[in-house]
Amino acid sequence: MAHGPATLADGWVKYASRWLFTTNHKDIGTLYLWFSFAMFILGGSFAMVIRAELFQPGMQLIKPEFFNQMTTMHGLVMVFGAIMPAFVGLANWLIPMMIGAPDMALPRMNNLSFWILPFAFAILVATLFMEGGGPNFGWTFYAPLSTTYAPDTVNYFIFGVHIMGASSIMGSINIIATVMNMRAPGMTYMKMPMFVWTWLITAFLLVAVMPVLAGAVTMMLMDINFGTSFFDAAGGGDPVLFQHVFWFFGHPEVYIIILPAFGVVSQIIPTFSRKPLFGYSSMVYATASIAFMSFIVWAHHMFTVGMPIAGELYFMYATMLIAVPTGVKVFNWITTMYKGSLTFETPMLFSIAFVILFTFGGFTGLMLSIAAADIQYHDTYFVVAHFHYVMVAGAVFSGTAAVYYWLPKWCGKMYDETMGKVQFWIAFIGFNITFMPQHFLGLAGMPRRYADYGLQFADWNMVSSIGAFMYGAAQILFLFNVVRTITHGKPVDKPEVWEGAEGLEWTVPTPAPYHTFEKPPQVK
Amino acid sequence: MLKKAQALFLRPLGAILALVSAVSSHAESAASQLNMPQGVTEVSQAAYDIHMVMMWICTVIGVAVFGFMFYVMYAHRKSRGAVAENFHENLIVELLWTIVPAIILIVMAIPATTALLKVYDTENADIDIKVTGYQWKWQYEYLGEDVKFMSELRTPQDEIYGREPKGEHYLREVTEPLVLPAGKKVRFLITGNDVIHSWWVPDFGVKRDAVPGLFTSAWAKTEKPGTYVGECTELCGSGHAFMPVVVEVKEQAEYDQWLADKKAAAAEYASTIGKQWTFDELMVQGEEVYNRSCAGCHAVNGEGIPGVFPALKNSVIALGPVVEHLRVVVDGIPGTAMQSFADQLSEVDIAAVIHYERNAWGNDVGDITQPVDVLNYKQAK
Ligand code: HEM
Ligand SMILES: [Cu+2]
Repeated sequence: MAHGPATLADGWVKYASRWLFTTNHKDIGTLYLWFSFAMFILGGSFAMVIRAELFQPGMQLIKPEFFNQMTTMHGLVMVFGAIMPAFVGLANWLIPMMIGAPDMALPRMNNLSFWILPFAFAILVATLFMEGGGPNFGWTFYAPLSTTYAPDTVNYFIFGVHIMGASSIMGSINIIATVMNMRAPGMTYMKMPMFVWTWLITAFLLVAVMPVLAGAVTMMLMDINFGTSFFDAAGGGDPVLFQHVFWFFGHPEVYIIILPAFGVVSQIIPTFSRKPLFGYSSMVYATASIAFMSFIVWAHHMFTVGMPIAGELYFMYATMLIAVPTGVKVFNWITTMYKGSLTFETPMLFSIAFVILFTFGGFTGLMLSIAAADIQYHDTYFVVAHFHYVMVAGAVFSGTAAVYYWLPKWCGKMYDETMGKVQFWIAFIGFNITFMPQHFLGLAGMPRRYADYGLQFADWNMVSSIGAFMYGAAQILFLFNVVRTITHGKPVDKPEVWEGAEGLEWTVPTPAPYHTFEKPPQVK
Repeated sequence: MLKKAQALFLRPLGAILALVSAVSSHAESAASQLNMPQGVTEVSQAAYDIHMVMMWICTVIGVAVFGFMFYVMYAHRKSRGAVAENFHENLIVELLWTIVPAIILIVMAIPATTALLKVYDTENADIDIKVTGYQWKWQYEYLGEDVKFMSELRTPQDEIYGREPKGEHYLREVTEPLVLPAGKKVRFLITGNDVIHSWWVPDFGVKRDAVPGLFTSAWAKTEKPGTYVGECTELCGSGHAFMPVVVEVKEQAEYDQWLADKKAAAAEYASTIGKQWTFDELMVQGEEVYNRSCAGCHAVNGEGIPGVFPALKNSVIALGPVVEHLRVVVDGIPGTAMQSFADQLSEVDIAAVIHYERNAWGNDVGDITQPVDVLNYKQAK
């Protein structure tokens, strides 16, 4: 290519067309990352509304009806809009550079799979302003609350979910095709960086379960508009069927969220330990077995529907077993640090916090897997605490770590280390103040998705809200730090950026040129 | 400037300090709020026991793992001159940390299974009670006893919306609690009427989804009389947080007395169906029923929620022939959120509410709907 990408200096038409029509994996990665951050702020502001309302008992700011829309939109936007696209963005930027490929295998489809996403979310968010309001049935949208009893806007929700699903499927096909076909000579499967491995496995999970989600919403669409009764007991259908279908998608989905996060952390910890990842092959096998097992444990979300005891026992045992490969990963990370030479830059801080807090969430997960105890925990704040430990301290912390870790490579400038550390501590402390007390609330009996609560829960709710505002503030600092790095950061030009960094992405110049590995490198 | 700083900084600080002291002064009540209740049944005790065991196992593993991690973070930091070694594999430790956790889990599966068997031990109950979840209240039916009633939140809207101070039992009080005898094994047959709800009494260790079209059973037996409060735990719409469960366990003699009183009241009610009510009596009764059972969707002012729930003010049904109005309320409109109220409201209440809807908010049909009309409509079907 003779010329580089269009910049603002070429005029805004050219500049806008560059982003609209781009097939460059780096551009598309950037688009995904900014989109996901925008959604993170939006979903976060919904959470702020929830926490402000729950600051005290009684209804102060909003009506219960709107509260339900907020919890639903918060969940949907965070899961489908913030976390998933963030990791797709990282995949786009990094996978080709990590395996020595010039681009993704299917660049035009790559463009399409990004550009339909903003439409999906525009449709979804627009429902908040329509007659009847947005989806109010929880991000798990159990029928018949989401069918017979839903506002009319549910049809837009279904349409939005279909578009997101299509985007995810295209994105994962692209990743599978890239990893399978475009590795540089010598880059065998067992030499691939962990991030590539975790994404390859995640992509298979996505291709397997997104169609199931599409099936679930299509059945809803039929029930609502075309007189079928898949989920309507009055017509001979079964509301419990919905839950089975949903969680057959939903449980793998939570691993779709966490596996790439595992990958990120497995890249960062070795770098700042200056020591190779411990137990690489057992990490690969553990990831693959977690992925496989995620398909056979779904009904642990349904311990209170009254399944036959045989089913209940099976799902309990299977779920308990998932703790084994998960434990292997944690032990491997810690042993990687053992006898290393550790430094604690911002990405490392977030990764260490990831290991600690994710493990904590794993512990509560293990407790939740015990069906007899889960009967007390289910649908209380204990569960809310659990999944925020794994999803926020898990996925979001690792995403933040990833941005700090690779940002210098992407833009050729160093972020402000002090500001990064300050952000880390505010986020870490704020996070724990928010979600640790939610364990107590849940055990003491506060159900989730409650717009209002009895006076006995007042203290911990107030503490939790204060922590949430703190955590929210940390994100503003994050945005500020990233933008300031891009505009005013100290230039870096060493290819490897970090002292202990290994991998092909650290062999290309910094900042990474628009086109890399046009000639494949030779991997020994 | 100083004032501003005070507003910005000192006031929140004061709030936090007040909060900390509030939390610690509540330490006593808070202590019981930090953990799962042991409850008063075999099942709740079993859940508590296994919860504690799992928690201790996790704590021990956690202390060991994080302890080691903190040691590593301290001892092997570059600033202390640590030089990295290069090992990255060790089959023995990897096997160990796969097999040891697996063994712990297999051992744990044994008490976990025993506990679950208890949950499912619903045979040989002394009393059967059907529990039905409605948007947003519970119905209890004592099978074989002809006793059936609705139990709904008693906390006034004014307390919820902060127009009045909140009472001691805020959101934990209902119109009529479920009453059980101590020392008897009670089986709950649980189902839902509209959407899925979930009936939870923490002190019984019973949480079971109330799914429309499905009956499942759970059980409780306690020796301890007292009042036990629970909640609805499956998102069921805007009233989800406002349909608590309150159970009163009484000594057998007291329970028998209560049951006899309920039956007598039911007989007395039957005699009022035939009575001719006046226009104003029905308006008063109707307004109460409407605000309790209908206003959640159709709004107190009868204007509904545009796009979701239709208005009744000036509506075709409310101003049209009374049979149509009866049909909607008694039979419901299939496939919509408008459920059948035949089972939820008495004939008197249905008559009153229809009357009210036809003559409130400027609706002025002027006719009178009597309880017998409702009865006749039901019987004609
Ligand atoms: C500022 C940070 C956050 C705060 C304060 C927060 C707060 C909350 C609260 C209070 C709820 C419970 C609402 C209820 O069920 O009554 C909730 C639910 C949820 N959160 Fe977060 N959250 C945060 C970040 C995240 C992130 C990053 C994710 C991404 C995975 C996430 C995913 C979810 C999901 C999936 C639910 C369940 C939604 C539902 O049940 O409808 N949250 N959050
Ligand atoms: Cu799951």
